[in-house]
Amino acid sequence: MSLDYPIDLPKIPIGQLVSDIVDWIEANLGWLLDGITEVLRFLLNGFQDILTLLPPLAMIPILGIIIYLITRKDLRLALLSIAGLLLIWNLQLWSHAMMTLALVISSTIIALLIGIPLGILAANNDTINAGIRVLLDFMQTMPSFVYLIPAVIFFSLGNVPGMIATVVFAMPPAIRLTNLGIRQIPVELIEVSDAFGATPQQKLIKVQLPVAMPTIMAGVNQCIMLALSMVVIASMIGAGGLGYQVLVGIQRVNIAMGFEAGLAIVIIAIILDRITQGLIKTGKTRE
Amino acid sequence: MENEYEPEVQIDVNKLSKIFGSRPEKALQMLRDGQSKNEILEKTGQTVGLNDISFQVFKGEIFVLMGLSGCGKSTLLRCLNRLIDPTAGSIVINGNDIVTMNDDEIREFRRKQAGMIFQNFALLPHRTVLDNVAFGLEIQGIELEERHRKAAEALNLVGLAGYEQSMPDQLSGGMKQRVGLARALASDAEILLMDEAFSALDPLIRRDMQDELIDLQERLNKTIIFVTHDLDEALKLGTRIALMKDGKIIQIGTSEEILMNPSNDYVERFVADVDMTRVLTAQDVMKKADPVISCKSGPRLAARLMKEYGISSLFVVTQHRLLKGIVQIDDVVEAVKNDHKTLENIVINDLPQIHLNTPLGEIIPIIADSKFPLPVVDEDTRLKGIIVRGSVLSALARKESEPIVA
Repeated sequence: MSLDYPIDLPKIPIGQLVSDIVDWIEANLGWLLDGITEVLRFLLNGFQDILTLLPPLAMIPILGIIIYLITRKDLRLALLSIAGLLLIWNLQLWSHAMMTLALVISSTIIALLIGIPLGILAANNDTINAGIRVLLDFMQTMPSFVYLIPAVIFFSLGNVPGMIATVVFAMPPAIRLTNLGIRQIPVELIEVSDAFGATPQQKLIKVQLPVAMPTIMAGVNQCIMLALSMVVIASMIGAGGLGYQVLVGIQRVNIAMGFEAGLAIVIIAIILDRITQGLIKTGKTRE
Repeated sequence: MENEYEPEVQIDVNKLSKIFGSRPEKALQMLRDGQSKNEILEKTGQTVGLNDISFQVFKGEIFVLMGLSGCGKSTLLRCLNRLIDPTAGSIVINGNDIVTMNDDEIREFRRKQAGMIFQNFALLPHRTVLDNVAFGLEIQGIELEERHRKAAEALNLVGLAGYEQSMPDQLSGGMKQRVGLARALASDAEILLMDEAFSALDPLIRRDMQDELIDLQERLNKTIIFVTHDLDEALKLGTRIALMKDGKIIQIGTSEEILMNPSNDYVERFVADVDMTRVLTAQDVMKKADPVISCKSGPRLAARLMKEYGISSLFVVTQHRLLKGIVQIDDVVEAVKNDHKTLENIVINDLPQIHLNTPLGEIIPIIADSKFPLPVVDEDTRLKGIIVRGSVLSALARKESEPIVA
């Protein structure tokens, strides 16, 4: 009997329990996991194909134009983005960068597809809100590395488990800010839609979502930024892209390689952030 | 009501009660046993919102629900379109009891029969003025073209033609509430529910809106339920007024009936004991400072304005309407004779200044001694209006509906 445990208490088998659940899922829900894998892989490959369809020197100006249009003619941002992308191309990190971008985009789309409806649900129902809040607090305090473990167990190594971990990690702000945005709508505006005889669907589409849009867009921005940071970490379980280059840099103590890949990540982060910040603003002052 | 003709009843509210809380049955029973609001709150934790309210509203009248905050007037209004579900009682509107309606029926009722206007305008910030006005019609599923046509008509009715494509945040408070009014009018509802509709507006704009509402009412003959905490507004607008306290109606009657025959102490205190010289402030009795003259103008313009408006003194302001002083007719005539180019030498600067919130009681002694009208200014000494003896007197005589004559 050790000094740490003077009484011979049986250990509560939390770890064992979770492990059993995992075994059960693997044995009985394999078809579901395979299905999810297929869908995610399809989405990811699709985006990757689009992004690498053209050679970099053709793609970069196109991306510049897209940014120019999305941000409502922010010429400075478009030019800076082009310069940043040219630097990435020059560092010979283009294909890795496009892999990372494809991972971020597809993960964010999935996270938003799940997160925004959950946020709407939570905003309209206090019981669901209480439940989701506990879950979100749990998810956001859990160290991000921990998400890699179930991802690996269920989906083995590669891009797909990386996406799964990213989706889980990036989803909370989308839920939270959608919920917050809808709950912050002034009571009178809700009363207006009721007083003029709107159905719950009409209220959601014509009043709640549009009025909450700036806050929801802030959630989208957060979601994208978290996705980018997680995609990098997910390289530890085999997700490709710039994160993997950083990882290799660490393993070989290759400062040059690590720094260049890190710089490319920063460039992509700044571009994504500025674009979505611009969307928040246009949501606020739509003409 | 002993009228010669029998007015048509549009809304018939009978024994309506509302208890806020999770177990209303017990509180309702206690209420019927005659226990007070406070006793019930103490014993059951339930709040009595409305207590056994019965009244009728006739077609085409402005029925004012009046009382201090917390008296239940807004709750009562919201029961009339079931934004709040009453606990007991009936509300028969055009022959149907809306308390027993199901979700679909009540939606249909709200769409077609009752428009609502809110204290803080409640315009949708992401929509143009036209699309805000068309909101009710859109909810009803009316085609874009048709609803824009009707919305434009409604905007025209409230004097906002030309602002169709503006966004709400580009409008002033008064204009916003016109949009709110137009939105309620657009669906052609017979009943308008107005919740403190003018309480968030500046006093002068507010008076304009009140006049306009009376005017609109005469043209369109809607049935209007108007909630306010402002006695003057109630007296001015109300065909009949219901005075509320603690979730009960204390008295219903025309302005005269309530002023002349207060039914109990509370009403009496409310209408009579309220010393008007303490209640009314400068902004309630002031009239528009019009005309004024810029400090850069010359005496000839001043003389012309005075002649045109038939006044013997004129306020001088800067470009931003900051008060500089006043000029008198004798001085102006003298200055014209001497061919002065500016008003500088004849402006009288040491005027008593009245702040917007100064009560009438303090204004009376000042105006009694003053040779000129008194300027009413805000914090930045910007000229907001003027007070003449006549406006004080007419305010005290409560002839609010008549224009104040200098």
